Amino acid sequence: MDIALIGRIFPVFVQAAWTTVELSLLSLAIGLAMAALVATLRLSHVTALRFIGAAYVSVFRGTPALIQIFLLYFGGPQIGIQLEPFAAGAIALGLNIAAYMAESIRGGVRSVDRGQMEAARSLGFGEGQSMRWIVLPQAAKLMIRPLGVNAVALVKGTALVATISVVELTYTAQRFIGSTYKPFEIFAVTAVLYMIMVYGLTVVIDRLDRAYAGEA
Amino acid sequence: MQGLDFSIVPEYWPLIGKGLWWTVVISATSAVLSVVAGIGFALLVLYAPPVLRYPVRAFMWLFMGTPLLLQLFLIYFGLVQVGIDIPALWSGIIGLSLHFAVYNADIFRAGIASLDKGQTEAARSLGFGAWRTRVYILVPQALRNTVPAIGNMMIALLKESSIVSMIGIAELVHSAQLVISETYRPFEFYLTAAALYYVLNLVLEAILRGIERKVELSR
Amino acid sequence: MNDIRPMIEVRGAQKFFGPLEVLKGIDFSVARGQIVAVIGPSGSGKSTLLRSLNHLETLDGGEVWLDGVKVNQTLGRRAFERHINGVRQQMGMVFQHFNLFPHLSVSENITIAPIRLKGMARAEARALALKMLDKVGLADKIDAVPARLSGGQKQRVAIARALAMQPKVMLFDEATSALDPELVDEVNLVMKQLAGEHMTMVIVTHEMRFAAEVADRVIFMADGAVVEEGSPAELFRNPKQERTRSFLKKFLNG
Repeated sequence: MDIALIGRIFPVFVQAAWTTVELSLLSLAIGLAMAALVATLRLSHVTALRFIGAAYVSVFRGTPALIQIFLLYFGGPQIGIQLEPFAAGAIALGLNIAAYMAESIRGGVRSVDRGQMEAARSLGFGEGQSMRWIVLPQAAKLMIRPLGVNAVALVKGTALVATISVVELTYTAQRFIGSTYKPFEIFAVTAVLYMIMVYGLTVVIDRLDRAYAGEA
Repeated sequence: MQGLDFSIVPEYWPLIGKGLWWTVVISATSAVLSVVAGIGFALLVLYAPPVLRYPVRAFMWLFMGTPLLLQLFLIYFGLVQVGIDIPALWSGIIGLSLHFAVYNADIFRAGIASLDKGQTEAARSLGFGAWRTRVYILVPQALRNTVPAIGNMMIALLKESSIVSMIGIAELVHSAQLVISETYRPFEFYLTAAALYYVLNLVLEAILRGIERKVELSR
Repeated sequence: MNDIRPMIEVRGAQKFFGPLEVLKGIDFSVARGQIVAVIGPSGSGKSTLLRSLNHLETLDGGEVWLDGVKVNQTLGRRAFERHINGVRQQMGMVFQHFNLFPHLSVSENITIAPIRLKGMARAEARALALKMLDKVGLADKIDAVPARLSGGQKQRVAIARALAMQPKVMLFDEATSALDPELVDEVNLVMKQLAGEHMTMVIVTHEMRFAAEVADRVIFMADGAVVEEGSPAELFRNPKQERTRSFLKKFLNG
């Protein structure tokens, strides 16, 4: 192990890791917003809306995230969408994870006992009100863990945007493996930074889950 | 803005078809290897002496905490610099297999741990040794119980096999890239590749459903 | 009780689950302040009938009226939604499995509907909750969480929750079926007390003894139809139909 090299490159990698964090947060925000919409469609009473939601989930889960990124970044200009690599990556990753997150949200809502909706309706609450005050607060607790699993997958998935030259952690690692001929040192530094993010996030999710889902 | 023209797609079918074939070969090979290695890792993590158990655990932890693309870069671009030259195709298969073996191992470990203690006691009372009990009695049951979870991993593996294109393996995405460098029509050909993955995915899901039904019937 | 218009009126209620006709054109009415018990074997359609009164089940044919207002009106989606929410505020319902809201405290369970639906002030709603809890003998549990209550206590809170909307009618759907035997009495006691206050009640139950004690009228249902109805004395001591006799025999002996 070349400790001196590790010391020298570390700041560059921390910088790159920060880009990975920014990318993850932005995709997460896009993903959650889109997922809420898609889950709403999937739970709708209107058959056509349900179908649109199901099609979204099926298409985004049925094809590789890598191709979704390429389609948006390389194919986008052909249909009038011209984006910087970072933006294209964040949007594609967000739209991709939204399909998985929508299923996590739907799963949470559907695991709330049917009797809860009925009891709320029998008191005179409307459909939306029952959702808002009775079903969703309970479903939210059930969603913490599955959504957390999605978020962890997303953090690891951000590596894919290295392929469209976003200077994040994996891209930087590849660059340095090529120029320093010290693959294990580079891998060690990169792996440590990824694991801090991934396992750090896992701990946060565990805490949240225990704090909220533990009761009741 | 160039507009879209899908009429040129059929012309390049031979190349795309070859890429599709390699995607199937690579995914199927890695799927089998990842399941076999996954069982091995699970048994080591559960039953091996500490000198073996802890390194395997650390390895799993490392591979679960880092992206597949990084692992592929290490295996293909990294190992060659320390004198281990693995051809691209095998680097890809090894990377995919190890990456998913780690997740499979986690599933199998939980599957074995959740089996009733009476199973072990019954086998031991018949005279099975500790390892024979695990191999003949516990593993087969855990395999059955984990079919749905392992199936989900295989669906993920099929899609993530696209990532091996990044180390130059001529599978579906790579073939599409070759065609695009010639035609400058990324949208058409990436969409074609996506559609083919979608179909492969449907086929795989149907196969998995068949397996699940068989397992369910044999109970 | 000078208003002779019935509180609840059902005409020709019909309901299918797929090819199965679970309600075969049922007619019955409940007078103001009357207590009607509905009995019958499981699968007789008695719960479906009760749930169609507040439109938790949609009838395929027939009409339901509450205090002169048609419940299952034909309206646009939005208009019907508004209409039915209004109707349901006037009909309290108590479920077999309580269906308390586990994420809310006892007091929040009771106050959420008055606050959100009637715009009641929080302090006023809490005072109301206390009054209702006092009625069911659980004033000391106002700040408890449902998970910490026994089954009987949960069901009494559920009754308090329904009463807090000041309904014209109370519907009980096998309210004591999910309870351990030793907890049944505390719930029955509350229901009897309500009966004493002349609350209009429809009680679906499998407890013949309780039905006999509390009801003004008993309806015996089987296979989606009303087989026989009458006062508890008539129906329990002197059933006219063979079907009723064999049902009661099984139940009273077993």
